[in-house]
Amino acid sequence: MKLGFSAADELFRQECADWLNAEMAGEFRDIKGITKLTASPERRKEWEQRLGEAKWGCIGWPEQWGGRNATLAQQVIFAEEYARAGVPGRVNHIGIELAGPTILAFGSEEQKRRFLPDIAAGKTIFCQGFSEPGAGSDLASVRTKGRLENGAWIVNGQKIWTSLAHISDWIFVVTRTEEGSKGPKGLTFLMMEIDQPGIEIRGIKQINGDAEFNETFFTDARCPADSMIGAVGDGWKIAMGLLAFERGVSTLGQQMAFRNELDELIAAAKANSAASNPLIRQRIAKAEIGLRLMRYGALRMLSNTDHSKIDGAALTYKIQWATWRRNLGELAMDVLGQAGEVTEGSEYEWDTLPNLFLYSRADTIYGGTNQIQRNLIAERGLGLPREPRGDV
Amino acid sequence: MEFVFTEEQAMIGETARAFFAENATSERTRKAMAATGQDAGIDRELWTAFCQELGLSGIGIPESAGGAGLGLVELAIIAEAAGAQVAALPMLGSLALSAQALAAGGSAEQQAAHLPGLLSGAVIAGYVHDAGITANGSSLTGSAGFAAHGSSAQLFVVTSNTGAWLVPADAPCVTVTPLTTMDQTRPYARVTLAAAQGEPLADPAAAIAAAHRAGFVAVAAEALGGAQAALDRTVAYARERVQFGRPIGSFQAYKHRLADLMIEIEQARSAVYWAACAVDEGSEEAALAVHAAKSFAADTFFLCAGNMIQLHGGIGFTWEHDAHLYFKRARAIQSMLGSGEWHREQVATMILGEVA
Repeated sequence: MKLGFSAADELFRQECADWLNAEMAGEFRDIKGITKLTASPERRKEWEQRLGEAKWGCIGWPEQWGGRNATLAQQVIFAEEYARAGVPGRVNHIGIELAGPTILAFGSEEQKRRFLPDIAAGKTIFCQGFSEPGAGSDLASVRTKGRLENGAWIVNGQKIWTSLAHISDWIFVVTRTEEGSKGPKGLTFLMMEIDQPGIEIRGIKQINGDAEFNETFFTDARCPADSMIGAVGDGWKIAMGLLAFERGVSTLGQQMAFRNELDELIAAAKANSAASNPLIRQRIAKAEIGLRLMRYGALRMLSNTDHSKIDGAALTYKIQWATWRRNLGELAMDVLGQAGEVTEGSEYEWDTLPNLFLYSRADTIYGGTNQIQRNLIAERGLGLPREPRGDV
Repeated sequence: MEFVFTEEQAMIGETARAFFAENATSERTRKAMAATGQDAGIDRELWTAFCQELGLSGIGIPESAGGAGLGLVELAIIAEAAGAQVAALPMLGSLALSAQALAAGGSAEQQAAHLPGLLSGAVIAGYVHDAGITANGSSLTGSAGFAAHGSSAQLFVVTSNTGAWLVPADAPCVTVTPLTTMDQTRPYARVTLAAAQGEPLADPAAAIAAAHRAGFVAVAAEALGGAQAALDRTVAYARERVQFGRPIGSFQAYKHRLADLMIEIEQARSAVYWAACAVDEGSEEAALAVHAAKSFAADTFFLCAGNMIQLHGGIGFTWEHDAHLYFKRARAIQSMLGSGEWHREQVATMILGEVA
């Protein structure tokens, strides 16, 4: 058990920090410090390409596909330095964290050649088409249909909560391709180009006034047969494999963004004397402890190479961070008081902390609600009997 | 950076878990709970076997001081295993606090005189701390109410906030009063010093710091073991107990509470081994980590033990069931060596500064 980094790793840290800081002071200084995922999309796509050119886009990937074959420690370091330098979040996080690893694991050689280098280069932005109006927590009940016609898939239906679909180039879609099938059977995983007449995207205005999420409508949308990942009927297996990638090294970068939020809260508490209130001090201490434990939980999960046993740290990670962040949002409002409920601007746009308070209500819903997480933890982690299911 | 156990650490864990599971049985623990006088709350046979046959007592004590070397990570592994069985042993007072204080702050002579006895289990030391203990030369006056296993101790390591001394339990002007204690696996004694002679430790600051670090980590690890055991036992019950024609563990109202316990336990596990590792590596995070671990793990244990009673229903409220052993141990850990609020305030001071 060892927490410290080697001297070579520390050199690598310096290299990362130097490059990131130089970029954020130079050509890309206009995007430094942006926290909203929807702000300055065009510049941030350029930033994805800059990362790609310099081979910083997907450092954990094999060199063959545009990565650096980086070690775990190096990936941890890059994620940390990335957020420390105030670089905004990756608009292609779905591509690099989900689509890429899925193609790497389940795609054909031809598909790897076709997709991976462009994802690594920041040229192909991906979004995720899983949820539907009738398939939220019960993801397997998707109804969007795909049928094969003259060598292409024709897709009809609707996806929802497709984060950043409006700025994406591609969407991966779980479709029901077997007429009359139910649940996880008869599903197929397709990669679809968004810029086509059969796909329409409408933004969903959220409680914070922003529109990161979308509804995506498919009306005879087309997908060439060679853009299917795996075989017909493999959709559920691939979707589940994909969700396992969600708990990767990117979690550490996400944590550095949380670090920035907590630091802002601490600064606000010091500025308005909330930091002298013993009850607030207790809660800030709890938040600080919670964040550190998140880091060490993630390092345990990432260091673990024994996949024969259930990894408790990995299984509990989603609900842990989501709940922590929701609590942080509530604490932020207690620190700010009524000052947190007004903004000087005329637009319904919020600074980091009030926005955190509003946005974090989504954290405990998307990617599996806290209630679904508890089911998973109880059933997979603790081996408790499954809740009896109704007819699907 | 590799935050997993080494093979050696995994082996120590397996050995320790097997040892406590086999020997620290409920029956033997209850016998120790019912004992009085010098044997109150101690399974003597277990303690001797732990120190001599298993040879784990020297872990976390430098080899130069007669210990087995290794560090707080290994000490935590053992404390976790002992905590899982609520073992009735003077491990905290004698090893994690007193032996650590001696190894860090005692002179070579003091270590040579006392450590072998502590590590062999032949001598039990009690740790006595009170900010109000005053020293007039080597004459100590004051009283400390909560010396764990104090009635069994032949030697006390006495500390105030600035001084540290050795005081034999049978020395003149030392009064040891056994106290009926809620957690009978670790009964307290009140130790009163009325101008008692103390032998000062060579480096009191080092002794106090080492005892605190090791004590915080050891009780946190013990709490982690207890919390996991409380959850495991409740899960086993949830799978076999049938009501309304279904195992009760299939009801969401029930299983979600168990899931919540696992979520806390996983964090407590990160906390304990982060703190232990940070101390061992001399990381600048160590000071914060030990407070985080102690407060977080203690609260986690209490949450799990309270739920253990609730989720067992009536049987969980009986003396016969072991749930109350965990519940009482958890409560004791919350209060000892600084409350959760105190530890969190230490963290708050590090990140916010003193209260303005």
